[in-house]
Amino acid sequence: MKRFPFTAWDAGRRAMPLLSRLKGRGLIIGVPWFWLGLFFLLPFLFVLKISLAEPALAQPPYTDLIEVIGDGLVSISLNFGNYVLLWDDPLYRGALFGSIQIAAVSTLVCLLLGYPMAYAIARAPSHWRLPLLMLVILPFWTSFLIRVYAWIGILKGNGLLNNFLLWTGLIDQPLEILHTPLAVYIGIVYSYLPFVVLPLYATLIRLDLTLLEAAADLGCRPWKQFLLITLPLSLPGVIAGGMLVFIPVVGEFVIPDLLGGPDTLMIGKLMWTEFFSNKDWPLASSLAAVLLVVLIVPFVALRHFEQKAGEEQP
Amino acid sequence: MKRRFPLLLTFLVFGYAFLYGPILSLIVYSFNESRLVTVWAGFSTKWYGELLQNDQLLGAAWLSVKIAASTATGAVILGTLAAMALVRFRRFRGRGSLQVMVTAPLVMPEVIIGLSLLLLFVAMQETIGWPSGRGQTTITIAHMTFAMAYVTVIVQSRLAHMDQSLEEAALDLGARPVKVFFTITLPLIAPALMAGWLLAFTLSLDDLVVASFVSGPGATTLPMVVYSSVRLGVSPEINALATIIVLCVSVAVLIAGILLYRQEKRAQREQNMLNATQAADVAERAQASR
Repeated sequence: MKRFPFTAWDAGRRAMPLLSRLKGRGLIIGVPWFWLGLFFLLPFLFVLKISLAEPALAQPPYTDLIEVIGDGLVSISLNFGNYVLLWDDPLYRGALFGSIQIAAVSTLVCLLLGYPMAYAIARAPSHWRLPLLMLVILPFWTSFLIRVYAWIGILKGNGLLNNFLLWTGLIDQPLEILHTPLAVYIGIVYSYLPFVVLPLYATLIRLDLTLLEAAADLGCRPWKQFLLITLPLSLPGVIAGGMLVFIPVVGEFVIPDLLGGPDTLMIGKLMWTEFFSNKDWPLASSLAAVLLVVLIVPFVALRHFEQKAGEEQP
Repeated sequence: MKRRFPLLLTFLVFGYAFLYGPILSLIVYSFNESRLVTVWAGFSTKWYGELLQNDQLLGAAWLSVKIAASTATGAVILGTLAAMALVRFRRFRGRGSLQVMVTAPLVMPEVIIGLSLLLLFVAMQETIGWPSGRGQTTITIAHMTFAMAYVTVIVQSRLAHMDQSLEEAALDLGARPVKVFFTITLPLIAPALMAGWLLAFTLSLDDLVVASFVSGPGATTLPMVVYSSVRLGVSPEINALATIIVLCVSVAVLIAGILLYRQEKRAQREQNMLNATQAADVAERAQASR
């Protein structure tokens, strides 16, 4: 007789975690979603909006797109002049293509240097792997600005590298490296190398070694094994790592600013100048909008391949 | 495989020399007597002393540490929530967009993040009056937004590899989900939270570009001071500062690494013991049934 209310109470008790789980579920999803929506997604709309405005001597320094001109009349003025300028002016077009070229070349160099490192770590004795990986990650934790700064002291006219080369007698005139594109490449490859080693390691460590053994048993040469088995299977890691370098480097500011010269134009540096020196917020916004559109394709590629490559972050 | 090992070793040595050479040169020349950074003129610690006299730099460092600590705390909370949503709730509306929004800040050029957030803050100030002016608050919000993406990735991988049966057992025994989260899930993912906190802290402490965009008059962070002094040329004081930063980071990462390693070892030992007791149990039963 007493059984019925008891089970009802029991069922209610059991349903409670479910209910609070439902309430919590909304919060767990909602809080990060709204935070990112407000502070990451929404700002892009403002970039688009301001890129269509005109610079003005005001605070903030741009015109309103929508103006109420009395009698309920609203005037909307869209200024596409910035985008026309970006395409027509060789300075801006050159900076855009220059950034893409610099990013592409340094991504390639990063992969060429990072692949053997990741391969060596993945094939190292298992108790060595964790310390070796930690050593790759550690520079990533120390200040980026200071690591770029270190290269000024090495590359400049009377810097460490030139002093060393003069001392060995290889050169009799200091080499001019700082403030050239070469210095920018060195700085980028140095700063972004850990980003390719980690995803490459993640794919290489999961490689099925029995495939290589089978190939070797069937008489396949080591180099052919690498080209036919290892490389194709690690391709997701190659692309994910490459995109992790390429995308941020296209918009890089600190490295071209500190190591590059006046002729190394990159879109991130140009944006900084337009914004801080020329106070032209609309032009800086249109540069940002163009940069965003350019980066969509590599971003989609990254999203597609990073799931295959596994977890690539430290 | 063995034949190729010397080649691989060369690559490793070369790679690590490339990664650590510049940092090492900074440390060595921070003890240089001469102001000319590249000419060795004898051992001296005077640049460290001068660093302690530099009030502007110390003030900026204190502001940066305050911002970094609140950024890291906020980013860990937001990042853990995002990771829980992505790992535990398989299907929900907005899952795809959440996933894109937590990956994008990892690669998004800083100039875009900085400019877009500044435009948002300006527009918000005009329409709702908040944030009034820019400074510490706006920098913290901006840093939290990109740092939470890193925390999400770290916590996500930990949650995905976690044994969920403990949580299920506690739920079956009648514990509330909130209690289960705090007594079971949280301790299990604690190493990931610690790693995430440290990473968010260093990311915030290190950021020049985003902070330059969203900062206002009166809020100058450490990277901004370093940047303006570096633009004027190489200075031994910055070398001394770099040495201190490298030292702090290495010690923190080392401690975190050791803690992580120990926890892993302990978990492994417990698993082994569990396996052993189970085996003993099975053996006992087998004997009893005989």
